[in-house]
Amino acid sequence: MKAADAFEQLKFRDPERARGLRDALHRLVQRADHAPVSVMHVCGSHEQAIAKFGLRAAFPDELQVIMGPGCPVCVTDVPEVDEAVALAKQGVRIASYGDMLRVPGTSQSLADAKAEGAKVDVVYSVTQAVELARDHDEDIVFFASGFETTAVATAAILVDDPPDNFSVLSAHKYIPPVMEIVAEMPQTKIEGFLAAGHAATITGSAVFEKFVERHEVPVVIAGFEPLDVLAGLVKLLEAINSGVPRVENAFPRCVTRDGNIQAQKLLWRVFRPTGGRWRGIAHVPNGNLRLRDEFARYDTRKRFTIDLSSLWSYAPPKLVQQCQCGDIMAGIASPSECQLFGKECTPDSPVGACMVSAEGTCKIWHQYGGRPDLRSMKRGAA
Amino acid sequence: MTRNVRFVEDRITLKYGTGGGAMRALIEQVFARGLGEIGRDGIGLSAMDDGAAIWLGDQYLVITTDSHVVQPIVFPGGDIGRLAVCGTVNDLAMMGATEPLALTCAAIIEDGFARDDLKRIWDSIRATCEEAGTTIVTGDTKVMGHGEIDGLVLNTTGVALTKRVVSDAGLRPGDRILVTGTMGDHGLAIMATRNELALETKLESDVAPIHTLVHRALEVGGDAVVALKDPTRGGLSSALHEMAEKSGVGIILDEPAIPLRDEARAVGELLGIDPLVAANEGKAVFGVRPEAAASVLDAIRSHPLGRNAAIVGECVTDRPGFVVLDTGFGSRLLAEAEGELLPRIC
Repeated sequence: MKAADAFEQLKFRDPERARGLRDALHRLVQRADHAPVSVMHVCGSHEQAIAKFGLRAAFPDELQVIMGPGCPVCVTDVPEVDEAVALAKQGVRIASYGDMLRVPGTSQSLADAKAEGAKVDVVYSVTQAVELARDHDEDIVFFASGFETTAVATAAILVDDPPDNFSVLSAHKYIPPVMEIVAEMPQTKIEGFLAAGHAATITGSAVFEKFVERHEVPVVIAGFEPLDVLAGLVKLLEAINSGVPRVENAFPRCVTRDGNIQAQKLLWRVFRPTGGRWRGIAHVPNGNLRLRDEFARYDTRKRFTIDLSSLWSYAPPKLVQQCQCGDIMAGIASPSECQLFGKECTPDSPVGACMVSAEGTCKIWHQYGGRPDLRSMKRGAA
Repeated sequence: MTRNVRFVEDRITLKYGTGGGAMRALIEQVFARGLGEIGRDGIGLSAMDDGAAIWLGDQYLVITTDSHVVQPIVFPGGDIGRLAVCGTVNDLAMMGATEPLALTCAAIIEDGFARDDLKRIWDSIRATCEEAGTTIVTGDTKVMGHGEIDGLVLNTTGVALTKRVVSDAGLRPGDRILVTGTMGDHGLAIMATRNELALETKLESDVAPIHTLVHRALEVGGDAVVALKDPTRGGLSSALHEMAEKSGVGIILDEPAIPLRDEARAVGELLGIDPLVAANEGKAVFGVRPEAAASVLDAIRSHPLGRNAAIVGECVTDRPGFVVLDTGFGSRLLAEAEGELLPRIC
């Protein structure tokens, strides 16, 4: 890897162009016929960019940029975590991404199970989990999380004859259906969506066209540098003001209308969409990705009998009942409204999943100092 | 919004060594209890400054100590020996004592350490002492069993005399913040050597003795230089948080003004580490009264190690104890490094 490649990306942070886009955003919000204007992004990486580059302080007061259900680790539901924990406690070796270890289940997380002696390995990719399977004689269960972007990587492994002792416990999720749910929530009143650029490189921008027709709200696909986010919001405000809902691609250097067709074929060859709960949000029809029958021999759920009753002897922790992750992911509440945020719930000892993942809204807010209103900071002595 | 009160936990974990709030809590709640008072005119342990100052009647004796556990022991731009000398010489300078009298050096060596490596490190110590105009006058040697210590640990203590002590707590609203050069080079250069990343980069540690640079700045700035700190562990972020907290001011940092090497920017981006939380070993942060800021900046820039110096921020009344990063188009609170993310860097 060359450090120079990373430097190339930095031109998308040019302060002067960012100020130009910020000013455009202010003008467009002034021109709207109502206030506030509410838009939602559905990606943890967008919240990262907004927090890291201080964009919230640059947004107009009349623009609400709401964080949606954009973190795959956060929306992994309790029963899915329970399945992995139960298997681990049955003695099966589990491999998963680091963030998944600390996501709380009914009574325990994978990290808790590990502390009690269960075999749990952190991997950085599905490929690494397969290597683990090749190095071990015992069964390796890959507890797979992530949206369509990561699901494609899992699919690519499964069509490539992985070893017999390898199987996948899929908690993969599919973003487009949850946008339908959020768009219909009466509390949110979302007037436009900022869609995730990296997911759209796979799905293409066309995947949102039907959605725009059905809900009559614009969708703009945006990347993750500050200029990308600001340009995406400018396009979104233009679409809202025009009154003509449409799909716009503000990330054309990566995203096409059709997307990566080969990857889509791979995705749907291995996975089928099925309904299921997303933690804290709702039952999402077609929101979960499960293995198709022809891949049954790699499907952990088909290969093992998972005994969840072993988890019910523990009393559920009381703090969890006060956790507001669900409302935060649905865009109804913000972390500062949660009474646990920064007190009982910190990255060191998370109560809810949003404080666990690097893409979780609470973790991001905690890392970048929350959302204090910095728009009024004064310079100079007193 | 106030900062969380922090309590030291049952076990001391790696996060207590990262130079951030956890370490300050450990010093306050455990180390500084009932120790370190040095009389009205001195600076003791409770001030948690870069070193101590003892009033001798006509001048101060400044004393400071530092242990070095860097891994790898030899890194791009330096080694543990150069680091040990520079760290202590610079800590003295951060108290305003820019003429080091002498250093001590204690070595703890792991059973099986190669003699040639040790000689090479002492050659480096000698060369750096010569460069800094000081020497090592006493020391201590211990050898520990294989696996009981990782290679080599060096501890250096330094003493110097000065008429005026510069603390890190003298800021007031309106004061300007200066840095003497590019930020994060040392920490990021070391992170980039981690084998698993296989990064191709020319980034080198900035490790260097900067007492002559500080001397020049103090000559020009005099009493208008009101705060000094070296942004080592925890980088510029920890240094500014500590200065802001102790002085009871807020600090607005202008991100576009902060000198950064392109390589450091890129390595930081790849590793997901903000150069502002990465360590420096040859840089200082100055707090200067506004009217003297330009002349102190010129003085620093006239020194070979200060050519990239810049005014990067301003102290404000708002949000005492916090550092606000102005990105040029937005702003946010600057975070301190937390947790055991970083390997041993100094």
